[in-house]
Amino acid sequence: MSTLALNLRATWGRAYGRLVGAFREPTWLLTDAILPNLGMLAFVMLYRALGAPRSFETLAVVGGLLATYWINVLWGMGAQFYWEKQSGQLQLYFVAPCSRMAILSGMALGGFLLTTARSAFGLFLGFVVVGVRVEPFSLPALLGVFALTMVALYALGMVMASLFLLWGREAYHLSNALYQPVQFLSGLYFPLRTLGPLGIVAAGLVPLGLGVDALRQVLLGAGAHGLLPLRFEIVALVVLGALFLWLARVALAYLESLAKREGRLTQRWQ
Amino acid sequence: MAPGDPQNVPAVDVRGLTRTFRAARGGGEVCALGGVDVRIERGEVFGLLGPNGAGKTTLIKILTTLLYPTAGQARVAGFDVIRDAHEVRKRIGLVSGGESSGYGILTVRECLWMFSQFYGVPGKVAGPRIDALIETAGLADQARTRINRLSTGQRQRMNFARGFVSDPDVVFLDEPTLGMDVNAARAMREYVARWVREQPGRTVLLTTHYMREAEELCDRIAIIDHGRVLACDSFAGLRRRVEGGQHVELELRAADGGTPALPSLAGVQAVWGAPHPERGTRALKFRLPPGGALADVLRELEARGVRIEAIATRETSLEDVFVALVGRGLEESDEHEDDGAAPSGAP
Repeated sequence: MSTLALNLRATWGRAYGRLVGAFREPTWLLTDAILPNLGMLAFVMLYRALGAPRSFETLAVVGGLLATYWINVLWGMGAQFYWEKQSGQLQLYFVAPCSRMAILSGMALGGFLLTTARSAFGLFLGFVVVGVRVEPFSLPALLGVFALTMVALYALGMVMASLFLLWGREAYHLSNALYQPVQFLSGLYFPLRTLGPLGIVAAGLVPLGLGVDALRQVLLGAGAHGLLPLRFEIVALVVLGALFLWLARVALAYLESLAKREGRLTQRWQ
Repeated sequence: MAPGDPQNVPAVDVRGLTRTFRAARGGGEVCALGGVDVRIERGEVFGLLGPNGAGKTTLIKILTTLLYPTAGQARVAGFDVIRDAHEVRKRIGLVSGGESSGYGILTVRECLWMFSQFYGVPGKVAGPRIDALIETAGLADQARTRINRLSTGQRQRMNFARGFVSDPDVVFLDEPTLGMDVNAARAMREYVARWVREQPGRTVLLTTHYMREAEELCDRIAIIDHGRVLACDSFAGLRRRVEGGQHVELELRAADGGTPALPSLAGVQAVWGAPHPERGTRALKFRLPPGGALADVLRELEARGVRIEAIATRETSLEDVFVALVGRGLEESDEHEDDGAAPSGAP
């Protein structure tokens, strides 16, 4: 069997585990699909009550949808290896002949598909129930920007998986503490441009803000109050995606080498 | 000799393997393995017996590419565990006692399928193999049960099945029957024996605390303590090393109800066996050397206020060999199980 075939099987195996498991737990529909969208609805209602341009409601819906993916990246990707270690399973991944990147990719694929199913509820809520509007837009451009955003976001999640494992509880708490600031700095519920230079810096660190801003520009054009010209943001997303994928590979290799040298990281009590 | 050629290379070849850990407190180093040499031929069931902290798990971790050795060389199926780690991984399976594999929300079958994919097992092969393993593990009724609804023993049986799902050349079983009930443990032992017998060239490296398990399964046994192999031979060969004299087991009751200190009795090294709380007694085991007088030992016990409830003599067991070589019984180990891999001072 070729290495590619092995890694594809491993990716699908891991993704399948995540997908099947998630649809088996009905309470997740409430906690992961319904509740996160209430924040988004609150902003839509606020803009409507204030008489803000209708495009602001769309801004909030797009931000709310991307927030769902961010939660998944943070806890479903970043914290996953740490949890695997705590459950004593990590060493089984390290003993398997498939690439660790294949397993991480499986986590990402499973998490992405799962979150997409959940975010469909947000789309329904925003565009059908609340009646948020968009300008005529290019579907291929929307899908392309969305795909780039997802690659960059989940690649960042892969990097975080190694860092969480390396730093243990501290990273876990840090991530918890940073959850709201990242949401704020990514302008999930308002135009990122409002933050000025701070928005540009934040967008350069976490691709969430860039992705949200680019998607809004595709959907709303000038009404999106974009941070940077769309083509710049697309290039930045490509660069960030490639950079995070490379960093994830490097971090994993370092982590494995450290685990083998020092005899720790893969054991729950170490 | 081509690496990985099943006909020409040993399943495991370890030479001068050393592993030290940096001590967290007080500086210095802790030696988990100190120059181990072991050669396991293909088709063998090889036992590794030692007290907690002896270095068994460290050795298994190195052989399964989870840990670098500090010095020495280790090859599995002809491949170097450092340079050719990927080739080694394709050929091995690992089951660690007490581990929890899989995700609670998956069923037993789904979990085994997921792990089969990490080894690239094609779907048409994986399905029947998983069914057979589930049957062997006695989990047929639980095949579609979520893992988080299994008992500890059932989970351990699933872990055991997982170790064989890739049909590996070499399986490392690190305390595989830990937590299993008697019947399940017996079924697992029968499976291992059949697996090796029916598929020539397949090899098992087993570490266990259960002497009977090692006696029943292993073609050869290495006794390891403090990171060194003290003896390596077949059970019959090991037994010959300590034969001569008489193996005696006494059931004792101390006059004050406590456990008297017994470093030696009439020049005989004795070890405590399991207590019998319901009778308020405790077993004491020792080997009388040729010419040794049992009467002297009994007199000395009486002098210490100990009453003898029962006396039994028997053939040399693996436990006797172990005690003779290590100087203490497995039950008397006072270190953490995985100390070899992570001594108290390890980072």
